[in-house]
Amino acid sequence: MRVADSENALARFLIAPALIYIGAVIGVPFVLSLWFAVSDVTVSSTAGHFVGLSNFRLALEDPSFSRALRNTFLFAIASQLVVIVLATVLAVALQKDFRGKWVVRLLILLPWVAPVSLGSIGWLWILDSIYSVINYGMDHWLHMCGPEPGKTPCPVWLGQPALAMSSIIIVQVWRTLPLATVINLGGLTSIPQDIHDAAQIDGAGFFRTLFQITLPLVLPILLVAVLFGFVFAFTDMIVVWVLTRGGPYDMTQVLASLAFFKGIDGGDLAGASAIALFLFPVLAAAAILLLRLARRSEVV
Amino acid sequence: MNAREGGRKVVHRSVIALFAIFASFPFAWMLITTFKKTNDLLDPNSFPFWYPKGATLENLRVLFEETLFVRWVGNTLFVGVVVVIITLLLAVPAGYALARLSGRFGEQLGIGIFLTYLVPPTILFIPLAKVVAMLHLQDSLWSLVLVYPSFTIPFCTWLMMGFFKAIPKDIEEAAMVDGLSRLAAFTKVILPMSVAGILTVIIFTFTLVMQEFVYGLTFINSGRNFTVSVGVPSFLVRGDVYFWGSLMGACFIASVPIAILYNFFVDRFIAGFTVGAVKG
Repeated sequence: MRVADSENALARFLIAPALIYIGAVIGVPFVLSLWFAVSDVTVSSTAGHFVGLSNFRLALEDPSFSRALRNTFLFAIASQLVVIVLATVLAVALQKDFRGKWVVRLLILLPWVAPVSLGSIGWLWILDSIYSVINYGMDHWLHMCGPEPGKTPCPVWLGQPALAMSSIIIVQVWRTLPLATVINLGGLTSIPQDIHDAAQIDGAGFFRTLFQITLPLVLPILLVAVLFGFVFAFTDMIVVWVLTRGGPYDMTQVLASLAFFKGIDGGDLAGASAIALFLFPVLAAAAILLLRLARRSEVV
Repeated sequence: MNAREGGRKVVHRSVIALFAIFASFPFAWMLITTFKKTNDLLDPNSFPFWYPKGATLENLRVLFEETLFVRWVGNTLFVGVVVVIITLLLAVPAGYALARLSGRFGEQLGIGIFLTYLVPPTILFIPLAKVVAMLHLQDSLWSLVLVYPSFTIPFCTWLMMGFFKAIPKDIEEAAMVDGLSRLAAFTKVILPMSVAGILTVIIFTFTLVMQEFVYGLTFINSGRNFTVSVGVPSFLVRGDVYFWGSLMGACFIASVPIAILYNFFVDRFIAGFTVGAVKG
Protein backbone atom coordinates (compact mmCIF):
# COMPACT_ATOMS: atom_id res chain seq x y z
CA MET A 1 0.00 0.00 0.00
CA ARG A 2 2.80 2.41 0.92
CA VAL A 3 4.56 1.63 -2.33
CA ALA A 4 1.42 2.37 -4.35
CA ASP A 5 0.96 5.68 -2.49
CA SER A 6 4.49 6.82 -3.20
CA GLU A 7 4.09 5.77 -6.83
CA ASN A 8 0.96 7.90 -7.09
CA ALA A 9 2.79 10.86 -5.62
CA LEU A 10 5.64 10.33 -8.05
CA ALA A 11 3.21 10.12 -10.97
CA ARG A 12 1.68 13.44 -9.96
CA PHE A 13 5.10 14.98 -9.53
CA LEU A 14 6.14 13.87 -13.03
CA ILE A 15 2.93 14.87 -14.82
CA ALA A 16 2.14 18.13 -13.02
CA PRO A 17 4.71 20.40 -14.74
CA ALA A 18 3.49 19.44 -18.22
CA LEU A 19 -0.18 19.81 -17.21
CA ILE A 20 0.40 23.19 -15.58
CA TYR A 21 2.28 24.49 -18.60
CA ILE A 22 -0.39 23.31 -21.02
CA GLY A 23 -3.09 24.77 -18.79
CA ALA A 24 -1.30 28.11 -18.67
CA VAL A 25 -0.63 28.48 -22.39
CA ILE A 26 -3.74 26.78 -23.78
CA GLY A 27 -6.39 26.89 -21.05
CA VAL A 28 -5.91 30.48 -19.92
CA PRO A 29 -5.91 32.03 -23.41
CA PHE A 30 -8.92 29.92 -24.33
CA VAL A 31 -10.91 31.29 -21.38
CA LEU A 32 -9.64 34.77 -22.24
CA SER A 33 -10.89 34.40 -25.81
CA LEU A 34 -14.37 33.56 -24.44
CA TRP A 35 -14.25 36.79 -22.44
CA PHE A 36 -12.90 38.83 -25.38
CA ALA A 37 -15.72 37.62 -27.57
CA VAL A 38 -18.35 39.16 -25.29
CA SER A 39 -16.39 42.35 -24.55
CA ASP A 40 -15.11 45.40 -26.41
CA VAL A 41 -11.36 44.84 -25.87
CA THR A 42 -8.98 46.38 -28.40
CA VAL A 43 -5.22 46.19 -28.75
CA SER A 44 -4.71 49.47 -26.90
CA SER A 45 -7.36 49.21 -24.17
CA THR A 46 -6.36 47.77 -20.82
CA ALA A 47 -9.72 46.40 -19.76
CA GLY A 48 -12.90 45.85 -21.73
CA HIS A 49 -16.57 46.07 -20.91
CA PHE A 50 -19.14 43.35 -21.21
CA VAL A 51 -21.14 43.89 -24.38
CA GLY A 52 -23.14 40.67 -24.57
CA LEU A 53 -23.46 38.92 -27.88
CA SER A 54 -23.10 42.02 -30.02
CA ASN A 55 -19.75 40.88 -31.48
CA PHE A 56 -21.37 37.72 -32.72
CA ARG A 57 -24.33 39.66 -34.10
CA LEU A 58 -22.00 42.06 -35.90
CA ALA A 59 -20.05 39.13 -37.34
CA LEU A 60 -23.18 37.38 -38.57
CA GLU A 61 -24.42 40.57 -40.23
CA ASP A 62 -21.11 41.14 -42.02
CA PRO A 63 -21.16 39.76 -45.58
CA SER A 64 -17.40 39.15 -45.50
CA PHE A 65 -17.95 36.90 -42.47
CA SER A 66 -20.54 34.72 -44.16
CA ARG A 67 -18.32 34.44 -47.21
CA ALA A 68 -15.37 33.45 -45.00
CA LEU A 69 -17.54 30.86 -43.24
CA ARG A 70 -18.56 29.37 -46.58
CA ASN A 71 -14.98 29.46 -47.86
CA THR A 72 -13.70 27.72 -44.71
CA PHE A 73 -16.05 24.79 -45.19
CA LEU A 74 -15.41 24.67 -48.92
CA PHE A 75 -11.65 24.80 -48.37
CA ALA A 76 -11.61 22.08 -45.69
CA ILE A 77 -14.16 19.72 -47.22
CA ALA A 78 -13.04 19.97 -50.86
CA SER A 79 -9.36 19.61 -50.02
CA GLN A 80 -9.95 16.59 -47.78
CA LEU A 81 -12.25 14.86 -50.28
CA VAL A 82 -9.48 15.08 -52.85
CA VAL A 83 -6.94 13.97 -50.25
CA ILE A 84 -8.95 10.83 -49.36
CA VAL A 85 -8.95 9.68 -52.99
CA LEU A 86 -5.36 10.61 -53.79
CA ALA A 87 -3.95 9.31 -50.49
CA THR A 88 -5.62 5.95 -51.03
CA VAL A 89 -4.31 5.62 -54.58
CA LEU A 90 -0.83 6.68 -53.52
CA ALA A 91 -0.72 4.47 -50.43
CA VAL A 92 -1.78 1.41 -52.45
CA ALA A 93 0.91 2.26 -55.02
CA LEU A 94 3.56 2.71 -52.34
CA GLN A 95 2.72 -0.56 -50.63
CA LYS A 96 4.57 -2.52 -53.31
CA ASP A 97 8.32 -2.64 -53.07
CA PHE A 98 10.27 -1.09 -55.91
CA ARG A 99 13.73 0.31 -56.48
CA GLY A 100 14.27 3.83 -55.27
CA LYS A 101 11.28 3.68 -52.93
CA TRP A 102 13.03 5.70 -50.21
CA VAL A 103 13.74 8.56 -52.64
CA VAL A 104 10.09 8.61 -53.70
CA ARG A 105 9.03 8.60 -50.07
CA LEU A 106 11.33 11.52 -49.31
CA LEU A 107 9.99 13.50 -52.27
CA ILE A 108 6.39 12.79 -51.34
CA LEU A 109 6.96 13.82 -47.71
CA LEU A 110 8.63 17.13 -48.61
CA PRO A 111 5.44 19.25 -48.67
CA TRP A 112 4.50 18.08 -45.18
CA VAL A 113 7.88 18.61 -43.55
CA ALA A 114 8.90 21.88 -45.18
CA PRO A 115 7.48 24.98 -43.46
CA VAL A 116 4.08 25.59 -45.07
CA SER A 117 4.70 29.29 -45.46
CA LEU A 118 7.82 28.59 -47.53
CA GLY A 119 6.26 25.84 -49.63
CA SER A 120 3.36 28.16 -50.36
CA ILE A 121 5.78 30.80 -51.64
CA GLY A 122 7.02 28.23 -54.13
CA TRP A 123 3.42 28.00 -55.33
CA LEU A 124 3.08 31.79 -55.35
CA TRP A 125 5.85 31.86 -57.93
CA ILE A 126 4.40 28.94 -59.89
CA LEU A 127 1.03 30.72 -59.99
CA ASP A 128 2.44 34.20 -60.72
CA SER A 129 0.22 36.41 -62.88
CA ILE A 130 2.89 37.02 -65.57
CA TYR A 131 5.73 34.56 -65.07
CA SER A 132 3.70 31.48 -64.14
CA VAL A 133 5.42 28.34 -65.40
CA ILE A 134 2.00 26.79 -65.95
CA ASN A 135 1.08 29.64 -68.27
CA TYR A 136 4.42 29.20 -70.07
CA GLY A 137 3.46 25.61 -70.79
CA MET A 138 -0.06 26.54 -71.88
CA ASP A 139 1.36 29.22 -74.19
CA HIS A 140 4.46 27.62 -75.72
CA TRP A 141 3.58 23.91 -75.71
CA LEU A 142 -0.21 23.66 -75.77
CA HIS A 143 -0.84 26.96 -77.61
CA MET A 144 -3.98 27.48 -75.54
CA CYS A 145 -3.35 31.05 -74.49
CA GLY A 146 -0.81 33.85 -74.56
CA PRO A 147 -0.18 37.47 -73.73
CA GLU A 148 -0.05 38.63 -77.37
CA PRO A 149 -3.13 40.36 -78.86
CA GLY A 150 -5.39 37.95 -80.71
CA LYS A 151 -4.69 35.04 -78.35
CA THR A 152 -6.91 34.03 -75.43
CA PRO A 153 -5.40 35.64 -72.33
CA CYS A 154 -3.83 33.16 -69.91
CA PRO A 155 -5.54 32.57 -66.55
CA VAL A 156 -4.57 34.84 -63.67
CA TRP A 157 -4.49 32.02 -61.12
CA LEU A 158 -4.67 34.08 -57.96
CA GLY A 159 -6.53 37.08 -59.37
CA GLN A 160 -9.88 35.57 -60.31
CA PRO A 161 -12.07 34.49 -57.36
CA ALA A 162 -12.99 30.97 -58.49
CA LEU A 163 -9.50 30.22 -59.79
CA ALA A 164 -7.92 31.65 -56.65
CA MET A 165 -10.10 29.49 -54.40
CA SER A 166 -9.26 26.39 -56.49
CA SER A 167 -5.56 27.23 -56.32
CA ILE A 168 -5.71 27.54 -52.54
CA ILE A 169 -7.50 24.21 -52.28
CA ILE A 170 -4.92 22.49 -54.51
CA VAL A 171 -2.05 23.86 -52.43
CA GLN A 172 -3.77 22.58 -49.28
CA VAL A 173 -4.17 19.16 -50.93
CA TRP A 174 -0.48 19.26 -51.82
CA ARG A 175 0.41 20.05 -48.27
CA THR A 176 -1.82 17.53 -46.40
CA LEU A 177 -1.53 14.63 -48.84
CA PRO A 178 1.75 13.29 -47.35
CA LEU A 179 0.33 12.94 -43.82
CA ALA A 180 -2.80 11.14 -44.99
CA THR A 181 -0.73 8.91 -47.27
CA VAL A 182 1.71 7.75 -44.63
CA ILE A 183 -1.03 7.20 -42.05
CA ASN A 184 -2.92 5.21 -44.68
CA LEU A 185 0.17 3.25 -45.56
CA GLY A 186 0.61 2.37 -41.88
CA GLY A 187 -2.93 0.99 -41.93
CA LEU A 188 -2.39 -0.97 -45.14
CA THR A 189 0.78 -2.65 -43.93
CA SER A 190 -0.92 -3.70 -40.70
CA ILE A 191 -3.36 -5.92 -42.61
CA PRO A 192 -2.13 -9.52 -42.21
CA GLN A 193 -0.86 -11.12 -45.42
CA ASP A 194 -3.14 -14.15 -44.81
CA ILE A 195 -6.16 -12.07 -45.70
CA HIS A 196 -4.69 -11.07 -49.06
CA ASP A 197 -3.63 -14.68 -49.69
CA ALA A 198 -7.10 -15.97 -48.86
CA ALA A 199 -8.68 -13.43 -51.18
CA GLN A 200 -6.33 -14.43 -53.98
CA ILE A 201 -7.05 -18.14 -53.52
CA ASP A 202 -10.76 -17.37 -53.70
CA GLY A 203 -10.11 -15.68 -57.02
CA ALA A 204 -10.66 -12.02 -56.10
CA GLY A 205 -8.97 -9.62 -58.52
CA PHE A 206 -7.06 -6.44 -57.67
CA PHE A 207 -10.03 -4.07 -57.56
CA ARG A 208 -12.34 -6.50 -55.82
CA THR A 209 -9.71 -7.07 -53.11
CA LEU A 210 -9.18 -3.34 -52.83
CA PHE A 211 -12.81 -2.30 -52.47
CA GLN A 212 -14.23 -5.25 -50.57
CA ILE A 213 -11.33 -6.21 -48.31
CA THR A 214 -8.51 -3.67 -48.06
CA LEU A 215 -10.44 -0.42 -47.90
CA PRO A 216 -13.02 -1.53 -45.32
CA LEU A 217 -10.17 -2.75 -43.11
CA VAL A 218 -8.20 0.51 -43.28
CA LEU A 219 -11.31 2.67 -42.97
CA PRO A 220 -10.82 3.57 -39.27
CA ILE A 221 -7.24 4.68 -39.89
CA LEU A 222 -8.24 6.49 -43.06
CA LEU A 223 -10.84 8.36 -41.01
CA VAL A 224 -8.21 9.35 -38.44
CA ALA A 225 -6.06 10.75 -41.24
CA VAL A 226 -8.96 12.63 -42.76
CA LEU A 227 -10.09 14.08 -39.45
CA PHE A 228 -6.62 15.42 -38.74
CA GLY A 229 -6.40 16.85 -42.25
CA PHE A 230 -9.85 18.39 -41.84
CA VAL A 231 -8.93 20.05 -38.54
CA PHE A 232 -5.67 21.38 -39.96
CA ALA A 233 -7.39 22.71 -43.08
CA PHE A 234 -10.37 24.12 -41.22
CA THR A 235 -8.23 26.19 -38.87
CA ASP A 236 -5.43 27.10 -41.27
CA MET A 237 -4.67 30.59 -42.52
CA ILE A 238 -1.11 30.20 -43.82
CA VAL A 239 -1.88 29.14 -47.38
CA VAL A 240 -4.45 31.92 -47.75
CA TRP A 241 -2.17 34.52 -46.16
CA VAL A 242 0.74 33.72 -48.44
CA LEU A 243 -1.13 33.20 -51.70
CA THR A 244 -3.88 35.82 -51.73
CA ARG A 245 -4.11 37.64 -48.35
CA GLY A 246 -7.80 36.84 -48.69
CA GLY A 247 -8.12 38.69 -51.97
CA PRO A 248 -9.27 39.48 -54.56
CA TYR A 249 -11.85 41.60 -52.65
CA ASP A 250 -12.01 39.23 -49.64
CA MET A 251 -13.30 36.51 -51.96
CA THR A 252 -10.87 33.87 -50.64
CA GLN A 253 -10.90 34.90 -46.98
CA VAL A 254 -11.33 32.04 -44.45
CA LEU A 255 -12.36 32.44 -40.81
CA ALA A 256 -8.82 32.21 -39.44
CA SER A 257 -7.38 34.74 -41.87
CA LEU A 258 -10.35 37.08 -41.39
CA ALA A 259 -9.80 36.95 -37.62
CA PHE A 260 -6.11 37.68 -38.15
CA PHE A 261 -6.67 40.72 -40.34
CA LYS A 262 -9.39 42.06 -38.05
CA GLY A 263 -7.65 41.37 -34.73
CA ILE A 264 -3.95 41.81 -35.38
CA ASP A 265 -3.85 44.19 -38.34
CA GLY A 266 -7.05 46.01 -37.34
CA GLY A 267 -6.66 45.89 -33.54
CA ASP A 268 -10.25 44.73 -32.90
CA LEU A 269 -9.44 41.86 -30.51
CA ALA A 270 -13.07 41.44 -29.44
CA GLY A 271 -14.51 41.12 -32.94
CA ALA A 272 -11.67 38.81 -34.00
CA SER A 273 -12.18 36.55 -30.98
CA ALA A 274 -15.85 36.20 -31.84
CA ILE A 275 -14.91 35.16 -35.40
CA ALA A 276 -12.25 32.69 -34.26
CA LEU A 277 -14.68 31.10 -31.80
CA PHE A 278 -16.84 29.99 -34.70
CA LEU A 279 -14.06 27.47 -35.38
CA PHE A 280 -14.58 25.85 -32.00
CA PRO A 281 -17.81 23.82 -32.45
CA VAL A 282 -16.39 22.11 -35.52
CA LEU A 283 -13.13 21.41 -33.68
CA ALA A 284 -14.99 19.94 -30.72
CA ALA A 285 -17.05 17.74 -33.03
CA ALA A 286 -13.88 16.47 -34.73
CA ALA A 287 -12.29 15.71 -31.36
CA ILE A 288 -15.36 13.76 -30.21
CA LEU A 289 -15.39 11.80 -33.47
CA LEU A 290 -11.70 10.97 -33.02
CA LEU A 291 -12.37 9.71 -29.49
CA ARG A 292 -15.27 7.57 -30.67
CA LEU A 293 -13.08 6.17 -33.39
CA ALA A 294 -10.34 5.38 -30.89
CA ARG A 295 -12.76 3.56 -28.63
CA ARG A 296 -14.38 1.59 -31.42
CA SER A 297 -11.16 0.35 -32.93
CA GLU A 298 -10.05 -0.78 -29.50
CA VAL A 299 -13.02 -3.15 -29.50
CA VAL A 300 -12.13 -4.47 -32.97
CA MET B 1 6.33 -11.62 -67.76
CA ASN B 2 3.20 -11.32 -69.87
CA ALA B 3 1.85 -8.17 -71.47
CA ARG B 4 -0.78 -7.68 -68.81
CA GLU B 5 1.74 -7.73 -65.99
CA GLY B 6 4.02 -5.39 -67.93
CA GLY B 7 1.14 -2.99 -68.46
CA ARG B 8 0.37 -3.06 -64.78
CA LYS B 9 3.99 -2.21 -64.04
CA VAL B 10 3.88 0.79 -66.39
CA VAL B 11 0.70 2.05 -64.72
CA HIS B 12 2.26 1.60 -61.27
CA ARG B 13 5.44 3.45 -62.23
CA SER B 14 3.49 6.30 -63.84
CA VAL B 15 1.24 6.76 -60.81
CA ILE B 16 4.28 6.92 -58.52
CA ALA B 17 6.10 9.32 -60.87
CA LEU B 18 3.08 11.65 -61.16
CA PHE B 19 2.72 11.91 -57.40
CA ALA B 20 6.44 12.39 -56.85
CA ILE B 21 6.46 15.23 -59.40
CA PHE B 22 3.36 16.87 -57.89
CA ALA B 23 4.89 16.75 -54.41
CA SER B 24 8.39 17.89 -55.25
CA PHE B 25 7.91 20.23 -58.20
CA PRO B 26 7.68 23.43 -56.11
CA PHE B 27 11.01 22.58 -54.49
CA ALA B 28 12.68 21.76 -57.80
CA TRP B 29 11.28 25.01 -59.08
CA MET B 30 12.79 26.89 -56.13
CA LEU B 31 16.17 25.35 -56.86
CA ILE B 32 16.06 26.25 -60.57
CA THR B 33 14.90 29.80 -59.87
CA THR B 34 17.63 30.42 -57.28
CA PHE B 35 20.34 30.53 -59.95
CA LYS B 36 18.48 32.56 -62.57
CA LYS B 37 19.57 35.98 -63.71
CA THR B 38 17.00 38.73 -63.25
CA ASN B 39 16.66 39.49 -66.96
CA ASP B 40 16.02 35.77 -67.52
CA LEU B 41 13.42 35.61 -64.72
CA LEU B 42 11.57 38.63 -66.02
CA ASP B 43 11.30 37.43 -69.60
CA PRO B 44 8.08 35.43 -69.95
CA ASN B 45 9.29 33.91 -73.21
CA SER B 46 12.59 32.63 -71.84
CA PHE B 47 12.70 28.82 -71.45
CA PRO B 48 11.98 28.41 -67.72
CA PHE B 49 13.52 25.01 -67.00
CA TRP B 50 17.10 25.90 -67.81
CA TYR B 51 19.42 28.91 -67.97
CA PRO B 52 19.32 30.33 -71.53
CA LYS B 53 21.05 33.49 -70.32
CA GLY B 54 23.51 31.73 -68.01
CA ALA B 55 23.32 30.90 -64.30
CA THR B 56 24.32 33.21 -61.46
CA LEU B 57 25.13 33.11 -57.75
CA GLU B 58 24.10 36.76 -57.34
CA ASN B 59 20.74 35.88 -55.77
CA LEU B 60 22.40 33.82 -53.06
CA ARG B 61 24.94 36.60 -52.44
CA VAL B 62 22.08 39.09 -51.99
CA LEU B 63 20.27 36.63 -49.70
CA PHE B 64 23.24 36.09 -47.41
CA GLU B 65 24.79 39.55 -47.49
CA GLU B 66 21.97 42.04 -47.98
CA THR B 67 19.04 40.45 -46.16
CA LEU B 68 18.50 39.32 -42.60
CA PHE B 69 18.23 35.68 -43.70
CA VAL B 70 21.22 34.47 -41.67
CA ARG B 71 19.85 36.23 -38.61
CA TRP B 72 16.44 34.59 -39.10
CA VAL B 73 18.10 31.19 -39.28
CA GLY B 74 19.95 32.04 -36.06
CA ASN B 75 16.71 33.15 -34.38
CA THR B 76 15.02 29.93 -35.42
CA LEU B 77 17.90 27.85 -34.04
CA PHE B 78 17.81 29.77 -30.76
CA VAL B 79 14.05 29.37 -30.28
CA GLY B 80 14.30 25.75 -31.42
CA VAL B 81 17.02 24.85 -28.90
CA VAL B 82 15.28 26.48 -25.93
CA VAL B 83 11.90 24.97 -26.84
CA VAL B 84 13.53 21.54 -27.24
CA ILE B 85 14.98 21.84 -23.72
CA ILE B 86 11.63 22.89 -22.20
CA THR B 87 9.81 20.16 -24.08
CA LEU B 88 12.23 17.43 -23.00
CA LEU B 89 12.14 18.52 -19.36
CA LEU B 90 8.33 18.45 -19.25
CA ALA B 91 7.24 15.85 -21.80
CA VAL B 92 9.64 13.00 -21.02
CA PRO B 93 8.70 12.64 -17.32
CA ALA B 94 5.01 13.14 -18.12
CA GLY B 95 5.17 10.50 -20.85
CA TYR B 96 6.81 8.05 -18.43
CA ALA B 97 4.26 8.66 -15.70
CA LEU B 98 1.38 8.20 -18.15
CA ALA B 99 2.90 5.00 -19.52
CA ARG B 100 3.70 3.33 -16.20
CA LEU B 101 2.24 4.86 -13.10
CA SER B 102 -1.30 6.02 -13.57
CA GLY B 103 -3.36 3.15 -15.00
CA ARG B 104 -6.74 3.70 -16.61
CA PHE B 105 -7.00 7.34 -15.51
CA GLY B 106 -3.58 8.03 -17.04
CA GLU B 107 -4.73 6.59 -20.32
CA GLN B 108 -7.62 9.03 -20.50
CA LEU B 109 -5.40 11.88 -19.40
CA GLY B 110 -3.00 10.90 -22.18
CA ILE B 111 -5.76 11.09 -24.77
CA GLY B 112 -6.80 14.44 -23.31
CA ILE B 113 -3.27 15.79 -23.62
CA PHE B 114 -3.03 14.52 -27.18
CA LEU B 115 -6.29 16.25 -28.09
CA THR B 116 -4.90 19.62 -27.02
CA TYR B 117 -2.52 19.20 -29.96
CA LEU B 118 -5.63 19.76 -32.08
CA VAL B 119 -6.30 23.20 -30.57
CA PRO B 120 -5.02 25.44 -33.34
CA PRO B 121 -2.99 28.64 -33.02
CA THR B 122 -5.75 30.42 -34.90
CA ILE B 123 -8.09 30.13 -31.87
CA LEU B 124 -5.48 31.20 -29.32
CA PHE B 125 -3.37 33.83 -31.07
CA ILE B 126 -5.67 36.76 -30.27
CA PRO B 127 -5.80 36.34 -26.47
CA LEU B 128 -2.13 35.28 -26.47
CA ALA B 129 -1.22 38.52 -28.25
CA LYS B 130 -2.73 40.38 -25.30
CA VAL B 131 -0.99 38.12 -22.76
CA VAL B 132 2.34 38.59 -24.52
CA ALA B 133 1.81 42.36 -24.47
CA MET B 134 1.02 42.33 -20.76
CA LEU B 135 4.22 40.38 -20.08
CA HIS B 136 6.17 42.93 -22.16
CA LEU B 137 7.38 40.19 -24.47
CA GLN B 138 6.14 41.79 -27.70
CA ASP B 139 8.65 41.62 -30.49
CA SER B 140 10.87 39.34 -28.40
CA LEU B 141 11.93 35.82 -29.27
CA TRP B 142 11.05 34.88 -25.68
CA SER B 143 7.37 35.22 -26.55
CA LEU B 144 7.83 32.36 -29.00
CA VAL B 145 9.86 30.37 -26.47
CA LEU B 146 6.97 30.78 -24.02
CA VAL B 147 4.18 29.79 -26.41
CA TYR B 148 5.67 27.10 -28.67
CA PRO B 149 5.74 24.42 -25.95
CA SER B 150 1.92 24.62 -26.03
CA PHE B 151 1.97 22.43 -29.13
CA THR B 152 5.30 20.61 -28.71
CA ILE B 153 4.58 19.27 -25.18
CA PRO B 154 1.28 17.53 -26.00
CA PHE B 155 2.61 15.80 -29.07
CA CYS B 156 5.92 14.80 -27.49
CA THR B 157 4.28 13.57 -24.26
CA TRP B 158 2.11 11.32 -26.39
CA LEU B 159 5.10 10.13 -28.40
CA MET B 160 7.18 9.35 -25.30
CA MET B 161 4.24 7.59 -23.67
CA GLY B 162 4.07 5.19 -26.61
CA PHE B 163 7.83 4.80 -26.53
CA PHE B 164 7.98 3.93 -22.81
CA LYS B 165 5.05 1.53 -23.13
CA ALA B 166 7.10 -0.46 -25.63
CA ILE B 167 9.87 -1.03 -23.05
CA PRO B 168 9.20 -4.20 -20.99
CA LYS B 169 8.21 -3.53 -17.38
CA ASP B 170 10.55 -6.28 -16.13
CA ILE B 171 13.52 -4.02 -16.73
CA GLU B 172 12.57 -1.48 -14.07
CA GLU B 173 11.23 -4.18 -11.80
CA ALA B 174 14.59 -5.92 -11.90
CA ALA B 175 16.32 -2.63 -11.16
CA MET B 176 13.95 -1.95 -8.27
CA VAL B 177 14.52 -5.43 -6.83
CA ASP B 178 18.20 -4.53 -6.92
CA GLY B 179 17.40 -1.65 -4.57
CA LEU B 180 16.83 1.34 -6.87
CA SER B 181 13.84 3.55 -6.21
CA ARG B 182 11.26 3.98 -9.01
CA LEU B 183 12.64 7.42 -9.82
CA ALA B 184 16.21 6.15 -9.91
CA ALA B 185 15.15 3.21 -12.09
CA PHE B 186 13.60 5.72 -14.49
CA THR B 187 16.59 8.08 -14.63
CA LYS B 188 19.40 5.53 -14.45
CA VAL B 189 17.99 2.56 -16.35
CA ILE B 190 15.12 3.61 -18.58
CA LEU B 191 16.34 7.01 -19.79
CA PRO B 192 19.65 5.71 -21.16
CA MET B 193 17.63 3.12 -23.09
CA SER B 194 15.41 5.81 -24.57
CA VAL B 195 17.94 7.74 -26.63
CA ALA B 196 16.09 6.93 -29.85
CA GLY B 197 12.80 8.22 -28.45
CA ILE B 198 14.42 11.38 -27.12
CA LEU B 199 16.12 11.99 -30.45
CA THR B 200 12.73 11.64 -32.15
CA VAL B 201 11.25 14.21 -29.78
CA ILE B 202 14.11 16.60 -30.56
CA ILE B 203 13.63 16.30 -34.32
CA PHE B 204 9.85 16.74 -34.14
CA THR B 205 10.02 19.66 -31.76
CA PHE B 206 12.49 21.31 -34.05
CA THR B 207 10.40 20.82 -37.18
CA LEU B 208 7.28 22.06 -35.40
CA VAL B 209 9.15 25.19 -34.33
CA MET B 210 10.47 25.75 -37.85
CA GLN B 211 7.01 25.39 -39.37
CA GLU B 212 5.14 27.64 -36.96
CA PHE B 213 3.87 30.76 -38.65
CA VAL B 214 0.82 32.30 -37.00
CA TYR B 215 2.34 33.10 -33.58
CA GLY B 216 5.55 34.36 -35.17
CA LEU B 217 3.59 36.69 -37.42
CA THR B 218 1.44 37.90 -34.53
CA PHE B 219 4.00 38.51 -31.78
CA ILE B 220 7.03 39.73 -33.73
CA ASN B 221 7.04 43.12 -35.46
CA SER B 222 10.59 44.00 -36.39
CA GLY B 223 12.54 42.33 -39.17
CA ARG B 224 15.52 41.47 -36.99
CA ASN B 225 13.49 39.22 -34.70
CA PHE B 226 11.66 37.05 -37.21
CA THR B 227 12.09 33.33 -37.54
CA VAL B 228 12.73 31.87 -40.99
CA SER B 229 9.17 30.80 -41.73
CA VAL B 230 7.84 34.32 -41.06
CA GLY B 231 10.78 36.46 -42.15
CA VAL B 232 11.10 35.01 -45.63
CA PRO B 233 7.49 35.48 -46.78
CA SER B 234 7.01 38.87 -45.14
CA PHE B 235 10.38 40.58 -45.52
CA LEU B 236 11.87 39.38 -48.78
CA VAL B 237 8.98 41.04 -50.54
CA ARG B 238 9.67 44.78 -50.45
CA GLY B 239 6.56 46.68 -51.34
CA ASP B 240 5.38 45.02 -54.49
CA VAL B 241 8.84 43.95 -55.59
CA TYR B 242 9.51 40.25 -55.30
CA PHE B 243 13.14 39.20 -55.29
CA TRP B 244 12.23 35.85 -56.70
CA GLY B 245 15.75 34.47 -57.02
CA SER B 246 16.72 35.19 -53.40
CA LEU B 247 13.25 34.31 -52.16
CA MET B 248 13.30 30.88 -53.79
CA GLY B 249 16.85 30.27 -52.54
CA ALA B 250 15.76 31.08 -49.00
CA CYS B 251 12.74 28.77 -49.22
CA PHE B 252 14.83 25.90 -50.56
CA ILE B 253 17.63 26.26 -48.01
CA ALA B 254 15.20 26.52 -45.10
CA SER B 255 13.03 23.56 -46.03
CA VAL B 256 14.89 20.75 -47.75
CA PRO B 257 17.74 19.88 -45.31
CA ILE B 258 15.41 19.51 -42.32
CA ALA B 259 13.05 17.45 -44.48
CA ILE B 260 15.82 14.98 -45.28
CA LEU B 261 16.70 14.66 -41.58
CA TYR B 262 13.04 14.22 -40.67
CA ASN B 263 12.68 11.43 -43.20
CA PHE B 264 14.76 9.12 -41.00
CA PHE B 265 12.32 9.49 -38.13
CA VAL B 266 9.03 9.52 -39.92
CA ASP B 267 8.01 5.95 -39.05
CA ARG B 268 7.91 6.82 -35.35
CA PHE B 269 5.84 9.87 -36.18
CA ILE B 270 3.29 7.74 -38.00
CA ALA B 271 3.22 5.24 -35.16
CA GLY B 272 2.38 8.17 -32.90
CA PHE B 273 -0.61 9.02 -35.04
CA THR B 274 -2.00 5.58 -35.87
CA VAL B 275 -1.20 3.14 -33.06
CA GLY B 276 -1.49 5.95 -30.57
CA ALA B 277 -4.57 7.62 -31.93
CA VAL B 278 -6.41 4.43 -32.80
CA LYS B 279 -5.59 2.10 -29.96
CA GLY B 280 -5.39 4.85 -27.34
